[in-house]
Amino acid sequence: MFGLGVLKGMWVTFKNFVLSYFSKDHLVTVQYPEEKIPEKERFRNFPFLIYDDKPEDLRCVSCDICAKECPPKCITIVRDSDAQGKPLKRPKVFDIDFSICMNCGICEEVCPFDAIFMDHEFEIAEFGRFEDLNYHKEDLLKSNEYFAKIRPQDVARIDAKRREKTKKTEPPQTTPTT
Amino acid sequence: METIDQAFVLGKRAALNWMSAFLPDWTMVFVSIIISATAIVIFGPVTMMYLTWFERKLVGRIQNRFGPNRVGPWGLLQPIADGIKMLTKEDIVPEHADKFAHFLAPVVIVIPALLIFSVVPFGRGMVAVDLSIGILFFLALSSTTTIWIFVASWGSRNKFSLLGGMRSVAQMISYEIPMVLSVVPVLLVVGSFSTVSIVEAQSGWNWFIFTPWGIAGFLVFFLTGVAEVNRTPFDLPEGESEIVAGFHTEYSGMKFALFYMAEFMNAFSISGIVATAYLGGWQGPWLPSWAWFFIKTYALVFVMMWFRGTFPRLRVDQLMGFAWKVLLPLTLANIFIAALWLNLESPKNNLISALVLVAIVTIIYWANRPEVPKKRIYRYAYED
Repeated sequence: MFGLGVLKGMWVTFKNFVLSYFSKDHLVTVQYPEEKIPEKERFRNFPFLIYDDKPEDLRCVSCDICAKECPPKCITIVRDSDAQGKPLKRPKVFDIDFSICMNCGICEEVCPFDAIFMDHEFEIAEFGRFEDLNYHKEDLLKSNEYFAKIRPQDVARIDAKRREKTKKTEPPQTTPTT
Repeated sequence: METIDQAFVLGKRAALNWMSAFLPDWTMVFVSIIISATAIVIFGPVTMMYLTWFERKLVGRIQNRFGPNRVGPWGLLQPIADGIKMLTKEDIVPEHADKFAHFLAPVVIVIPALLIFSVVPFGRGMVAVDLSIGILFFLALSSTTTIWIFVASWGSRNKFSLLGGMRSVAQMISYEIPMVLSVVPVLLVVGSFSTVSIVEAQSGWNWFIFTPWGIAGFLVFFLTGVAEVNRTPFDLPEGESEIVAGFHTEYSGMKFALFYMAEFMNAFSISGIVATAYLGGWQGPWLPSWAWFFIKTYALVFVMMWFRGTFPRLRVDQLMGFAWKVLLPLTLANIFIAALWLNLESPKNNLISALVLVAIVTIIYWANRPEVPKKRIYRYAYED
């Protein structure tokens, strides 16, 4: 009937108005800073460096592969050296400029030592454009427990792989050499 | 109960008594006027501020959103934040605008909106001036708003503004006629223009909306009222999808806020007058009289905002067609129905006038049926 659509439309809006007070489906807004949607495991945002037990023995051996692969070139690595000037298998400087990083996750994929992973952290807003977002080694370090917390499936797979590897490499280590 | 009902009246009387102690007698008239005027001048803008909040909340809920909820609890301080924003914004005047008209229009447009409040009976004895021509005063003032809308659009020297202003004038002229005619039945039955006597004629449950002519009159009066204050679905003068922002395209900051204020205060006062004329004004059981008035008025304001959340804007020809082809014949017939109702004896007048109303509505409905063109049959020339 002509003219009935007016009443039908008003009924629809009234229903939505009333239901917004009772049904969660009719008020879908997530009030962001107070409430957050739980993150998905595969959510990726900004890399971090992983360490096993102490922050000193990080997995990174300063091989520079991630810095070379990084498309926007946001990673800076300087290899550490001992008193004699002999290079060591750990970085002296490991900087990631988060103002350049594009969250692609290639560093995680190429790392042969499982030392760098993508984080779930995304609230990193700063007032400065340059130095504030240039994260240094100590800012990037996070423990394996933290990694296990945010990505339980990946950590199981990677830890299994690492155990396999150490088993293979252990025999030559235990045998006395030289 | 009596004191709550008369709280505002007694408050004003107490203030006058206190002032009469140290002011000469001849000033008391002016003091009384100033008290009433101050109350209205404060009440109008505050109502407007919270109507914007109410509208945003309501439309938000209709669209399954929260609406403003950041400033203060439930966003209650949002209007104040908006006011600060509006006051601190840059006031831009177009280079080739008529500076005087551009400045004058938003300032003057608030005056009729505020003046209308003086004849609205907010409660028993709570009317600023009981004018013997109250309804006429309201009708005259509410139509002067159009002039200032047109002055604003002309003074802006902008094509979109001018289009909006011309639409506004065309719309007002069309809707003024059914609006005036739709209150005529009330005046016919009450025999007075005074808003106070209209309310007093509806004592008990004899609200005019419960009569056949009252239903039709209420619907027409309310719809034309919505059209009169340029609210959706009749907001063609500021149709943002077609003509940027219509008559207030070139306005910013506080001048824009004044247009907004006038619109919302008009929406409130129209709702108040509709409630007065057809819903019994402050008449009602149990609650104090002013509470009844505000319940009815806010219910109508709610419906206006509900319209806004529901309907898309009308097309210009639909708008004009609705006024001239539906509302005008209906109001003319409604005057006849009201006269019929008034002159017949009590039990059967309702039935007869209801039957006449149904018949007339059917005729108008039939006369306005959408025309579906006949299906064309094409034939090839060689078939003949």
